[in-house]
Amino acid sequence: MALYNDKVMDHFMNPRNVGEIENPDGSGTYGSPVCGDMMMITIKVENDIITDAKFKTFGCGSAIASSSMATEMIIGKTIDEALAITNKDIVSELGGLPAIKLHCSVLADHAIKCAIYDYAQKNGKTYAGLEGFDPNADEDDEHGESCDCDECSK
Amino acid sequence: MRQVYLDYSATTPVKKEVLEAMLPYFTEHFGNPSSIYGIGQDSKTAITNARLQVAALIHADPSEVFFNAGGTESDNWAVFGIADALKEKGNHIITTKIEHHAMLHSCEFLEKRGYEVTYLGIGPDGRINLDELEKAITDKTILISVMTVNNEIGTVQPIKEIGQIAQKHGIVFHTDAVQALGNVPIDVKEMGIDLMSMSAHKIYGPKGIGALYIRKGVRISNYLHGGAQENKRRAGTENLPGIIGFGKAAELARLHFDDHVKHCSELRNYLIDEVLKKIPDTAVNGTMEYRHPGNANITFRYIEGEAMLLLLDAKGISVSTGSACSSTSLVPSHVLSSLGVPVEDIHGTLRFTVGDFTTKEDIDYVVETLAEIVERLRGISSVNSKKGW
Repeated sequence: MALYNDKVMDHFMNPRNVGEIENPDGSGTYGSPVCGDMMMITIKVENDIITDAKFKTFGCGSAIASSSMATEMIIGKTIDEALAITNKDIVSELGGLPAIKLHCSVLADHAIKCAIYDYAQKNGKTYAGLEGFDPNADEDDEHGESCDCDECSK
Repeated sequence: MRQVYLDYSATTPVKKEVLEAMLPYFTEHFGNPSSIYGIGQDSKTAITNARLQVAALIHADPSEVFFNAGGTESDNWAVFGIADALKEKGNHIITTKIEHHAMLHSCEFLEKRGYEVTYLGIGPDGRINLDELEKAITDKTILISVMTVNNEIGTVQPIKEIGQIAQKHGIVFHTDAVQALGNVPIDVKEMGIDLMSMSAHKIYGPKGIGALYIRKGVRISNYLHGGAQENKRRAGTENLPGIIGFGKAAELARLHFDDHVKHCSELRNYLIDEVLKKIPDTAVNGTMEYRHPGNANITFRYIEGEAMLLLLDAKGISVSTGSACSSTSLVPSHVLSSLGVPVEDIHGTLRFTVGDFTTKEDIDYVVETLAEIVERLRGISSVNSKKGW
């Protein structure tokens, strides 16, 4: 399979942390089926450390692989560390993705922020990494501006 | 691992008989057909024979078949050749929203240069409306181009009726028959076709060779300029082995037409029945009534096509998808959009095309594998039948 590298294929074929945490401390969903991918993430938080994360994603191979990788990357991290993770970090952990897949299929950093925002709201906490973040914004800047897909560029 | 190829609309393997017919023309009989010495003339004779074989498949006169590089060149030639030849008469072209990009992008190119193009939509059955076609005709209309069979949903258009309308108004009628050739009956005379695009690699012939049928008397400018090949209509040294292969493939398609259609439609129908029966939340796109015998276009809701395609590939199964995520343009299928399929469903669409080498055991393996894959991806998906979209 030449489309994706072995690491991406491994995370796509054997995704880690699939599912939904019961009674999560935070949950977030990002993307839309119209755009072709949608990720839902639930997290458990103890003493500001993400102790568990699970995801469910509707989307293509790279959307599933990057969701899987993102959950691996945030488990064990502090909230501040998790908020600092960018799509670029996820892609680089995956060893790269085809250029055309970079913008549309990597939803994880936004979905993580949505879940942490939910946690922060429920617990009355504030984090520097969430400043100016609006989970209900239609599309984040990166997606809307650089995504070539028909639905995004409308 | 079992290998199952179900993408015959993308391309077909070259049949053994076709390859055998071609081989001597690479080495032994390599002469340039334009050369007047013996081995050159032998090549010319072989081309004449291949032209007869292709003409017989479409009920044309051999002098009306012009070999070229394939479907894309044929579509470009038809559009630009007519636009140029009839520029004094008008600047309006009528085509459909579901044409192949070879046609759509050629029309878009002309639009930027002052031509006007009407893109007809399709009804729920995937066919154009003939009244709408007739109403779109103006005194500036120079070309009507409607594909015989759509490459994604396999819908067969009412070609004969379109031909009659074109004839009534004195307008040149072109059809892209790349998917139709060998799969639905074609009689250029009876159907009133003036120009028709064909490609060899969809009928078990080689890639890079095709032909444009030009009815005797149709005024069309040349597209490639140079030598006097193809009766001064298409320049460039002939793709000799390709032409021989196309000829042989056309002959086989004509001789085995009924068996081919029966074989494909039986297996296609079996595939559709089994998928709909065994996998919930699935739907067939396009009508079953007027359809390419090998085509099945199926939506699997709540999951995405590229992910399905990759997992199928890992199990040795080759299919294609209308999902934006597998295309280089990230745009969902324009054909399924025109048919009114919701965008979220288009993302979960697969196209299967069965062909001469497909077996019932292949279909059983594909359905069994599909059921597993769909269940697995739905288990990962953030949308499902309970939550809906």
